[in-house]
Amino acid sequence: MADLRSNFIGIKSPNPFWLASAPPTDKEYNVRRAYEAGWGGVVWKTLGAEGPPVVNVSGPRYGVIYGGDRRVMGINNIELITDRPLEVNLREIKSVKRDYPDRALVVSLMVPCDEESWKAILAHVEDTGADGVELNFGCPHGMAERGMGSAVGQVPEYIEMVTRWVKQYSRMPCIVKLTPNVTSILPPALAARRGGADAVSLINTVKSVTSVNLDDFCPEPMIDGKGTHGGYCGPAVKPIALNMVGEIARYAETRGLPISGIGGVTTWRDATEFLAMGAGNVQVCTAAMTYGFKVVQEMISGLSDYMDRKGFTSVEEIVGRAVPNFSEWQHLNLNHVTKAVIDQEDCIKCGRCYAACEDTSHQAIAMGEDRIFTVKDEECVACNLCVDVCPVDCISMKTLPLGTVDPRTGRKVAPYANWTTHPNNPGSSNYTCGITAAE
Amino acid sequence: MTNSQFTPGVVPGRLSPERYAANFQDVAPPLSAHAAAVAADRCYFCHDAPCATACPTTIDIPLFIRQIATGTPEAAAKTIFSQNILGGMCARVCPTENLCEGACVRMEAEGKPVEIGLLQRFATDTLLEKQGHPFTAGAPTGRSVAVVGGGPAGLACAHRLALKGHKVTLYEAKPKLGGLDEYGIAAYKAPEDFAAREVAWLLQVGGIEVVTNWALGRAGDGTLDDLLGQHDAVFLGIGLSGVNALSLPGGELATPATEFIAALRQADDLATLPVGRKVVVIGGGMTAVDAAVQAKLLGAETSTIVYRRAQAEMPASVHEQEHAATHGVRIICNAAPVAIHAVAGGLEVEFARTETGGAGLRMLDDTFRLKADQVLSAIGQTLGALPEGVKTAGPKIGTDGAGRTSLARVWAGGDCAPAGEDLTVTAVAQGRDAAEDIHSFLMGA
Repeated sequence: MADLRSNFIGIKSPNPFWLASAPPTDKEYNVRRAYEAGWGGVVWKTLGAEGPPVVNVSGPRYGVIYGGDRRVMGINNIELITDRPLEVNLREIKSVKRDYPDRALVVSLMVPCDEESWKAILAHVEDTGADGVELNFGCPHGMAERGMGSAVGQVPEYIEMVTRWVKQYSRMPCIVKLTPNVTSILPPALAARRGGADAVSLINTVKSVTSVNLDDFCPEPMIDGKGTHGGYCGPAVKPIALNMVGEIARYAETRGLPISGIGGVTTWRDATEFLAMGAGNVQVCTAAMTYGFKVVQEMISGLSDYMDRKGFTSVEEIVGRAVPNFSEWQHLNLNHVTKAVIDQEDCIKCGRCYAACEDTSHQAIAMGEDRIFTVKDEECVACNLCVDVCPVDCISMKTLPLGTVDPRTGRKVAPYANWTTHPNNPGSSNYTCGITAAE
Repeated sequence: MTNSQFTPGVVPGRLSPERYAANFQDVAPPLSAHAAAVAADRCYFCHDAPCATACPTTIDIPLFIRQIATGTPEAAAKTIFSQNILGGMCARVCPTENLCEGACVRMEAEGKPVEIGLLQRFATDTLLEKQGHPFTAGAPTGRSVAVVGGGPAGLACAHRLALKGHKVTLYEAKPKLGGLDEYGIAAYKAPEDFAAREVAWLLQVGGIEVVTNWALGRAGDGTLDDLLGQHDAVFLGIGLSGVNALSLPGGELATPATEFIAALRQADDLATLPVGRKVVVIGGGMTAVDAAVQAKLLGAETSTIVYRRAQAEMPASVHEQEHAATHGVRIICNAAPVAIHAVAGGLEVEFARTETGGAGLRMLDDTFRLKADQVLSAIGQTLGALPEGVKTAGPKIGTDGAGRTSLARVWAGGDCAPAGEDLTVTAVAQGRDAAEDIHSFLMGA
């Protein structure tokens, strides 16, 4: 068993798996069950300002996208922040933290965008003994219409301003939760850093409509004949999240800013990918909502086995290891040539590679007698679509060694060269206006 | 219930009413909507799918399964019925492990095919339950075709001709349409009168006149010449009306298994059907299995199939053999009947052990006897009398690829024509394809 202990901006937890601020962390009862199941930390569902709490709909709050066999690929929700009185939440937070001192407990906050509101709530949270606060600048539904959530997260100046207040009025570590509903994640991340944030967490949910009821012609989830956009999460948003986490991790002005990775973490592998992409820990919601809190046990054993296999002795050794290889397109090696290879032994002859390549790609797979599928190296551009659609994972990419001839282009595989020096690139000093030496 | 499984002789009422009902319920219960969705999700939507190629009627299986998966089972049924109007029955009786499911790439992947047969049943049942027929007869062409034989080949031919707008008269020798679907398959494969319901549904297409109790060549009914005089073309889907006789001493003591099955299929009350305490079935095909299993289900104490060749050569599919074995039927292979003896208290069937391989089947001197109260023979069926001028090719009516016989304006298909295997699905394909050829002939002429 590898040592999975995590220290994220000074907040210690027995493992890097936290439950994200969301419906599963709204109450003492749920949070106690989560800790018992093995979760290393919890971000308590977002608290609002003192006074009458918000009201949620009493119709459906979630929409869903399924994969095969009704596997949940994505959930969209229109639930608001906690609808329970502030004092109840504070009392429960205090009680839970007292009983589970070894677990991380961070409190998510969302109050109106004025200094007094933030100052007031911070004092309450400090009293609970919680380990830190997370500023919810992310939720794209409901609260944004009231000038909170993603309405703040989409304006870097507001992020910076509020973060500054929080750091001014509290000694607690401060995590700023970012919305992905922006054209670039970097300005919000930079703003958080400027405001003094100890870390950012991302992504919050993606503004979305999951489905449309075709009998009532209404977006779903449908509340008495009307639907509204919600926030999308789950495995479907993982690629969006990984990119944004990686961008913050590699960008010169945000590099080093601790990141709590969120977005579709469902297995130990997803979690480890976030760590490699620069996240110091991960937060999970949809996997728990789909399968229950027990999923963390697979994440713990999976990460542990991986670390033992790779010889990693701490989670920190994984963090950011893929970031140096997260490149811009222009730096990719244009002379690197691979070809698809179909393992005939494992091929089940479904022909999906053939249909995909023949109909939508480069006509680089031949269908022979008895449904023998083979790659035509002279046509294969190595797009990887056949690998992607193969149901039994029997297609791989082989790299052509330096100096061998690529049957498609007739050219020898040359050493590394990228777009910045390519003769077709008008911005390159080698630009030839499309005139080749032979001409 | 005066009798039991152990009452000697051939007697009815061996079981309680509850046992009869339980024994003859649906052998492969239908998929629920949820189970169908799960099963459909396993389909890979293969390119040029091997399952469809393996289907004698070339149903677009990946498409219909995708239609089920996307919540449109009626569209799936239309995909099926457009190729195979008896897709409902075929979903129940096809030896899918030798056809579509045997070719499924999931067999290669994990030895467990997509449940194509059950999915086909789900789709076709869904549409049939709506009681609507999805096709309509074509605009009248003024041509008329006689279809002789109301089995799968004749029904498929008649339906396709009706779609083309031809006037069809369907002649059937028996009181009911359906052929072997109605009279010849095990009751538990198509319970609740499915064969008759399917026929009634099929006829909703319109344009098909049905004449039952009419046998070709029988005095008072009509001859082929009569039909050719009244119609523009004739399709013969007359099946195999004869049975191979057991030519051995005491052979007359055996009953054709087809008669046993037909009586069972037409019985209103299974408790009235006599069945032996010890039943011996001679043969190795699907008819032998259907007879032996049903004898057991009717309360026989023992039911034994005896096949003269090796088990690997049994025409009954492995699935059928396993079905028989799990229902307590004993299968003895490499034993050929040499005589049936009447003895005190019943019969004894004498068999000689055989060897197969090399120079074919060889009888050995080693013999044994099986006690029996009832002996059923299922050693194949034969063509009945043919109208003059219709030439045979071996044991079947000679036809070209399109079903044309040696006589002008006469086509043939189904079990009476060369097929390879005498399957409902093959008969449907031949009837359908003959109809297409008849249509081309009539409209081109």
